[in-house]
Amino acid sequence: MASYSTNEFKGGLKVMLDGDPCAIVENEFVKPGKGQAFNRVKLRNLMTGRVWERTFKSGESLEGADVLDLDMEYLYNDGEMWYFMKTDGSFEQYPVEKKALGDTEKWLKEQVVYTVTLWNDNAISVTPPNFIELEVTETDPGLKGDTAQGGSKPATLSSGAVVRVPLFINEGEVLKVDTRSGEYVSRA
Amino acid sequence: MIDDWRPTATIATLRERARLLGEVRAFFAERDVLEVETPVLGHGGSTDLHLASLSVEATTPAGRERLWLQTSPEFAMKRLLAAGSGPIFQLARCFRDGEVGRRHNLEFTMLEWYRPGMRLEALIEETAALVHRVLDRKPGEAPGALRRRRYRDLFREALAIDPFGVPLDTLRRLAAKQGGLAMDDAPRDDCLDLLMSLVIEPQLGREGIDVVVDYPASQAALARRHRDPEDGEWVASRFELYLAGLELANGYDELTDAAEQAARFDEDNAARRAAELVEVEVDARLLAALEHGMPAGSGVALGIDRLIQLALGHESVAEVMAFATPRC
Repeated sequence: MASYSTNEFKGGLKVMLDGDPCAIVENEFVKPGKGQAFNRVKLRNLMTGRVWERTFKSGESLEGADVLDLDMEYLYNDGEMWYFMKTDGSFEQYPVEKKALGDTEKWLKEQVVYTVTLWNDNAISVTPPNFIELEVTETDPGLKGDTAQGGSKPATLSSGAVVRVPLFINEGEVLKVDTRSGEYVSRA
Repeated sequence: MIDDWRPTATIATLRERARLLGEVRAFFAERDVLEVETPVLGHGGSTDLHLASLSVEATTPAGRERLWLQTSPEFAMKRLLAAGSGPIFQLARCFRDGEVGRRHNLEFTMLEWYRPGMRLEALIEETAALVHRVLDRKPGEAPGALRRRRYRDLFREALAIDPFGVPLDTLRRLAAKQGGLAMDDAPRDDCLDLLMSLVIEPQLGREGIDVVVDYPASQAALARRHRDPEDGEWVASRFELYLAGLELANGYDELTDAAEQAARFDEDNAARRAAELVEVEVDARLLAALEHGMPAGSGVALGIDRLIQLALGHESVAEVMAFATPRC
């Protein structure tokens, strides 16, 4: 794997730090009037999601991380692992552990395409699409005539997520939800 | 990006920039300081360990030569002083490889001026006056009083250490802790630079103009050295001016001794070899000019892009430049 010098650190670049793959979030060049230059770098640890702040001497380098973001379709769960399949026609499948799946577990729906992040060919995280359509499996009965604004109630979706929805939504309806904020957008 | 042909500054900002540069020229005209223009290219370049020079190959009457792009107009301006120019200033385009960021751009404009016969103290006052002029504040709105801060005192207050006396291993541990990096083999000055950049600088110039004086002798660059009255330690006769956490200017009681200057160039190049950096040709013509005799006095370099950025309330130097490096 290539290594990258501090002046090549751009947002999104994947590098190895303390044995973990990280993504550069921010890189600030700092230099006293007449002295050694440093780079103040924010990195997101891709294994834990935590953001680290580290200082490097300018010109130092880090090894690149063999990290790939791939589109994959969710297939099924066998009670232990979740299985995703590449969408490039290869039908290649990847098992994903619960730890790597994280919060995305509550947004899973078969045949939907997710972004699976691979490190050395192992899945380390799964990102849902920004918007997803899911069916309401449980909510209080809708209020007749209340189609206007005002008021909301919790609704459980087929994937297990619970979102706030307007009072007029009924069980069995399919909703469009923003997975980043966890908010209801509209009826699908 | 489709829009990357566009300027990084708005046209309105560029108008303001032009007006402020006009103020700078008026400031010096009022004080009888002559505007000069010296070459961007030179046969010699900066040997400073922490400055990376760019170079070009050019065909000249002497044949095919390597010429250095200046990191500051210092050498050429000192040759003018030795030739009897009297006080001079320049708005000079300078180049420093690798320096791109919120506060840096690969090429930038340096306002540099020299005052033969003027003491460093008087130049500090003049630099502050220039800053006030460009900041365009009405009386009463001035950015507070000018405070002189000794380098040693800043470290004592912020970090409870004497930067000159603290044992190297203590200093390395402190720097490593503050920066979150290994400093086990770092030289003393690197540790001090890190602490200065990360801990002290951000606090400077918050209530007014802060001028830092009495730097370690090892950081003298092209300044004279003098004894610290406190305990006789050698310190550099230079200052840096800070406003809003931003280093704006760097001034020297200029070194005029040719032999001392030659020795410092050699030290620099030895350090460059040790660090496996490219050696930079020493400016033999500067040494010859010093040999001839340069009047004693002080000089200062001010990052005019940063000052304009502060004057116009922007967050980065790119916002006051027509096309910052990523769009050049």
